[in-house]
Amino acid sequence: MISFPFIIAISLISLGFFALVLKRNLLKLVMAVHIMGSGVNLFLISLGYREAGIAPIFTNAPGLNMVLPTVQALTLTNIVINIAIIALMLSLAILIYQHYGSLDTRKRKLKE
Amino acid sequence: MFSHTLALLIAVPLFAAFFTPLARRISRKFMNLWVIFSLGISEFLVLVLAKNVIKGDIQVYSLGADFPALTSPDGFPIRIILQADAIAVFMALISVFIALLVGVYSWRFMEKEKSRDKYYTLLLMLTAGMLGLIFSGDLFTMFIFLELLSIASCGLIAFYIHKGESSEAAFKYMVISAVAGLMILFAVGLLYAQYGALNIGALAAAIDFTFLDITALAFLVAGFAMKCGAAPLHLWVADAYGEAPVPVSALLVIASQVSLYALFRICFTLFGVSSAIGIIAWLLIILGVLSMFIGVTMAILQTDIKRLIAYHSVSQVGYMLLGIGVGLALLGNMTSYGIRAMEGGIFHIINYALYNTLLFLAAGALIYRTGVKDLNKMGGLAQAMPFTTIFFLLGSLAIAGLPPLNGFASKLLIYESVFRFNPLLSIIAILVSILTLASFIKVFYLAFLGPKPTEFKEIKEVPKSMGLVMGVLAFLVILFGLFPNIVVDNLVSPAAQSLIEQFQYISAIL
Amino acid sequence: MSKIVKTITCLVSLPIIVFGLYIISHGHLTPGGGFAGGAIIATLVALLAVAFEKRLSQQLFSLAESLGLLLFIILGFFGLSSSFFHNFLAKAVSFGPNPGSINSGGVIPLMNLAVGIEVFGALSLIILLMSQKND
Repeated sequence: MISFPFIIAISLISLGFFALVLKRNLLKLVMAVHIMGSGVNLFLISLGYREAGIAPIFTNAPGLNMVLPTVQALTLTNIVINIAIIALMLSLAILIYQHYGSLDTRKRKLKE
Repeated sequence: MFSHTLALLIAVPLFAAFFTPLARRISRKFMNLWVIFSLGISEFLVLVLAKNVIKGDIQVYSLGADFPALTSPDGFPIRIILQADAIAVFMALISVFIALLVGVYSWRFMEKEKSRDKYYTLLLMLTAGMLGLIFSGDLFTMFIFLELLSIASCGLIAFYIHKGESSEAAFKYMVISAVAGLMILFAVGLLYAQYGALNIGALAAAIDFTFLDITALAFLVAGFAMKCGAAPLHLWVADAYGEAPVPVSALLVIASQVSLYALFRICFTLFGVSSAIGIIAWLLIILGVLSMFIGVTMAILQTDIKRLIAYHSVSQVGYMLLGIGVGLALLGNMTSYGIRAMEGGIFHIINYALYNTLLFLAAGALIYRTGVKDLNKMGGLAQAMPFTTIFFLLGSLAIAGLPPLNGFASKLLIYESVFRFNPLLSIIAILVSILTLASFIKVFYLAFLGPKPTEFKEIKEVPKSMGLVMGVLAFLVILFGLFPNIVVDNLVSPAAQSLIEQFQYISAIL
Repeated sequence: MSKIVKTITCLVSLPIIVFGLYIISHGHLTPGGGFAGGAIIATLVALLAVAFEKRLSQQLFSLAESLGLLLFIILGFFGLSSSFFHNFLAKAVSFGPNPGSINSGGVIPLMNLAVGIEVFGALSLIILLMSQKND
């Protein structure tokens, strides 16, 4: 059974992918990578969803019907990695802008 | 002490990396010594590990368990598990050895740079990332270390931030790595959703090749192939290798080899014999042939010495993909020439690591003394830098596959075995080899022979430490070419066996 | 920036630090932990940089970054008597829904603290490097 979150996740990933292929502005490329990352995060989170589950915290938990914690750990790790990647790419975009005066990938001389 | 080798191998470079900025505050010399010392310890640990593992037993380490060899606490491995089999140790030996040499080489090469502490931190983090990727026994840890590797190498590629080209190359590299990483993570999610496990051994035991598994396999192969610089997405390779500081280019070569290892680990150990693997094998073979051909044709056109070697790296990755791909195609009913092909592919990894590092470092020696990367501006350097000339000549003859150097030994294995699988592929491989030779004759003529430009009157030989590093590499290049059997029997053959023996791996983990 | 912004910044700075420390120290009991807490404290640095428009020294944050990471790795080394990253301070906690106390996590709160220091330093450094013009 395909549920709603998966459709959103897949469409986010494809949206990011098409933006990555079609867009020529460096900042839009950064956004595209981030959108893809969010799509994958959403996909992972929705894998762990359980009907009427609670957050996987054992302190004073009302029951044991919890959502899967493993995928949440994966998602958190991916968020952290994504932040590092986005920060790195933005810094590089700043450097490239300082050097060439443009963020458009077409306006610079291209090496073969 | 030695039971903790696996964990220490990842912990020592990481600890050293974080301590380097503090060591910089003490003194610069101390920092250099500290980096080389810690890499030396890692090398020692790998040798200790290799002594135990290369005979064929698989070592497993569970992080945070009550005792290290605890594999399955509740009948099912849930912890983060590190594993070492022959192929993993083989890769670790190469990567730590090259990292050590690069560390020594950087001492003099980077001495004019102000932010050397950050350079060394990233260098050590890159080493830790490679080792983690090699030894991790589950897919998610693999992903994390792959990202650590990507981020560290991206920082290293962009090291010369005053040049626009290096930022651009780093940006390109990061986009490719980020997309590759997300593909891999998506595939990990697909596998986890079905089997509730991340451990490679547990997944390999449970996998039953549904449509989703094949999708996951496709994503994993695509992700790792992007990272290892194979043909259709080789565009980052030339920029990244060309713009990074020279020692980093040499280390990036090894990083791409480690991605290649991860690709083989996925294909052989995780999926193993199945209907889809035939398609993947042919995909690898086609990618390999494409990489060989595109790489070498692009290389002939280049005038920048580092970009030229970078395109040759793409072409050399093709040989490994070809050898291993043939082995993968024959995985179900393994023949003797299938094993030979795999041995050729794996032997080519170590040979390629040696001579490509030698080429990059020799090119770095030229750049260090002349300050230019353009071949048309060089010339007549053979008299001024005799040792560098000899080393570069050895490296270029080895990459072209001339006997008695190590490139010939592994290429011969690949030619022979692939010829029995499909003669056409073998002929293409030989053709590419000839083109490689032609390209390097051009380089050698332009850089070392011919008239000497007037501004190079004052050129001297490189400092001793850099010459020593190149000398060690050149010695190994000759040694492996003269006695290939020793290396194949003791290192390569166990590594090939450990890839083929999927059940042994699964039973060691579970 | 205007006086209002500066005053508000001064007013909220203490609550931000306390909240960040709370998130860090309760990382093993509630959602959050080192990364989230460190990021919260790093927002204070962003706020200060925006409100007072001063060039903050990067030395401190750089030091915090490497110290946090070193602390984390050293905690891993402490577990080496059994295995790397072993929770050598852990006490027996019964499985299932139980009233967890702040002292039930063994080394995990310490590791959260290390991660918190590291993330605080690193994110502040990122914010500063990206906002201030580099020379």
